[in-house]
Amino acid sequence: MSRLIARFDVCYPSFHLNVSLDVPTSGITVLFGPSGSGKTTLLRCLAGLERASDGFMQFGNDVWQDEARGVCQPLSTRPIGYVFQEPRLFPHYSVRSNLLYGYKRISAEERRISIEQVVTILGIGHLLDRRTHKLSGGEQQRVAIGRALLTSPKLLLMDEPLTSLDIQRKQEILPFIRRLHEEVRIPVIYVSHAISEILQLADRVVLLKQGILVGVGALNEVLTSLEFRKSFGSLRVGAVLDARVASHEPQYGLSKLEFKGQFLFVPLQLVAIGQPLRVHIFSNDVSLVVDRMTSATSVLNILEATIVEIREIDQSSADVLLDIGAPLVATITRKSLAHLGLKPGHRVFALIKAVALNEELTE
Amino acid sequence: MAITELDLSALWVTLRLATMTVVVLLIVGTPLAWWLAHTRSRVRPIVEALVALPIVLPPTVLGFYILVALGPHGPLGWLTNFTLAFTFTGLVIASVFYSMPFVIQPLQGAFEAAGKGPLEAAWSLRASKMDAFLTVISPIALRGYISAVVLGFAHTIGEFGVVLMVGGSIPGQTRVLSTTIFSHVEAMEYAQAHAISACMLVFSFLVLLGVYIANRRFPIHVS
Repeated sequence: MSRLIARFDVCYPSFHLNVSLDVPTSGITVLFGPSGSGKTTLLRCLAGLERASDGFMQFGNDVWQDEARGVCQPLSTRPIGYVFQEPRLFPHYSVRSNLLYGYKRISAEERRISIEQVVTILGIGHLLDRRTHKLSGGEQQRVAIGRALLTSPKLLLMDEPLTSLDIQRKQEILPFIRRLHEEVRIPVIYVSHAISEILQLADRVVLLKQGILVGVGALNEVLTSLEFRKSFGSLRVGAVLDARVASHEPQYGLSKLEFKGQFLFVPLQLVAIGQPLRVHIFSNDVSLVVDRMTSATSVLNILEATIVEIREIDQSSADVLLDIGAPLVATITRKSLAHLGLKPGHRVFALIKAVALNEELTE
Repeated sequence: MAITELDLSALWVTLRLATMTVVVLLIVGTPLAWWLAHTRSRVRPIVEALVALPIVLPPTVLGFYILVALGPHGPLGWLTNFTLAFTFTGLVIASVFYSMPFVIQPLQGAFEAAGKGPLEAAWSLRASKMDAFLTVISPIALRGYISAVVLGFAHTIGEFGVVLMVGGSIPGQTRVLSTTIFSHVEAMEYAQAHAISACMLVFSFLVLLGVYIANRRFPIHVS
């Protein structure tokens, strides 16, 4: 499988980035971390906009930078699409000319993405003859994304493209990003500090903290890791599961989702059976029982789990890392932990009081 | 009539001088202004101060040193092996220095205002450095260019002290409008001095008015 391998060591007056990265060149990889953690700098290094004195960058079989051999291709010769925080549209060109700027600069054989395709995916057909300053922020950013796509890049870098937009506009663009990834199959590296964006977009997360890489892996693995808990404890992520719609129970207003042979009930979703649906569980909404309930319970969502690890968080609470075919974290009191005598390897049942769906997530 | 053939030749010299000066300054000034707008070098304030010097310096001081430099014993005179003082070429060299801030500063301001953002965007869209400069930065900085051309041109037309020091006032070669006015006044030909002065006043006003109206009315679009 093709991989992106990068290594950068670069010093700034008040900041030091030292990162070694090795991720597959597929799907959406989110660079996540608090502001000042070096996400944007890392992205700019990947693009060649910042030049690390000690740097290496290989995409598949192509080496774009190898400072040991004095090689560093400028951005203009790398097949990279870059979407900046601000749209950076060219004010002296119309929307159409902006879209065609990069398109005209690649050879006909390189053009894998057509204008019609981009216009359809991004819904910008009615804007083509407009002036850029007449567009809303969301429209401008969509044009900027389209402009980058039309260079038929092999890699799309996006630097918090939604930061300058309000929540409504964000929700307008997020599905586009997911969709364009599904339709044009370009690997995306996406910088974000918003958990809601990660939950909706990421296949893979790279966790950064003060210029150092502190975690990398599949979305659910990273979000349920101890390192994530240490750095972003207040978010209390229990799990992010890519489930599938198994059936609908309209008489109760519920949809039944299947995840690795177990079932979850969520409020009725207007999607076809078999469709994937990403759900999110807060660790505070997970309770544990040792025996299968003999008496009935009002909790619908009960999953069989195995205890993997117990992490004592503070004086009163502990995180129990469970395996349900994927990691799931339950935050319980230390008193309960002692009372139940929980140990790694024990079989337990996780009672899930609430399951959130993507659309409901806000920051 | 008050305007003589001598006055017309002075007008011709003046226009040639101003045009040549602006052309030279655009060629030399664009990279210099670009460097000033983007460098983090420590010598930047020194260069900026040098460029701005003609604004505060008495033109005679500037003219005196340029005259010395151009003279047979000066570095430029030694280099060219003959003196450029009291020639049209010498006058162009002097004017380039004298009008430099009026061209460099608007360009530098325009490049700074444009910022690195559009440039990086153009690079990411496969434009080479030169391509990005020509197709993105230049149009965005067009108003800076208009200001630079107009101010550089008008300022060169208006110079007097440097012209007199370096060029003398040789009719047909280095006699320009401003020095012609001075000669007329010295010869008590007030009517002729007045005619040329009034023309220059109206011309300058109209040029500036045109620039301000153009800047206000027409946002810059290419396609």
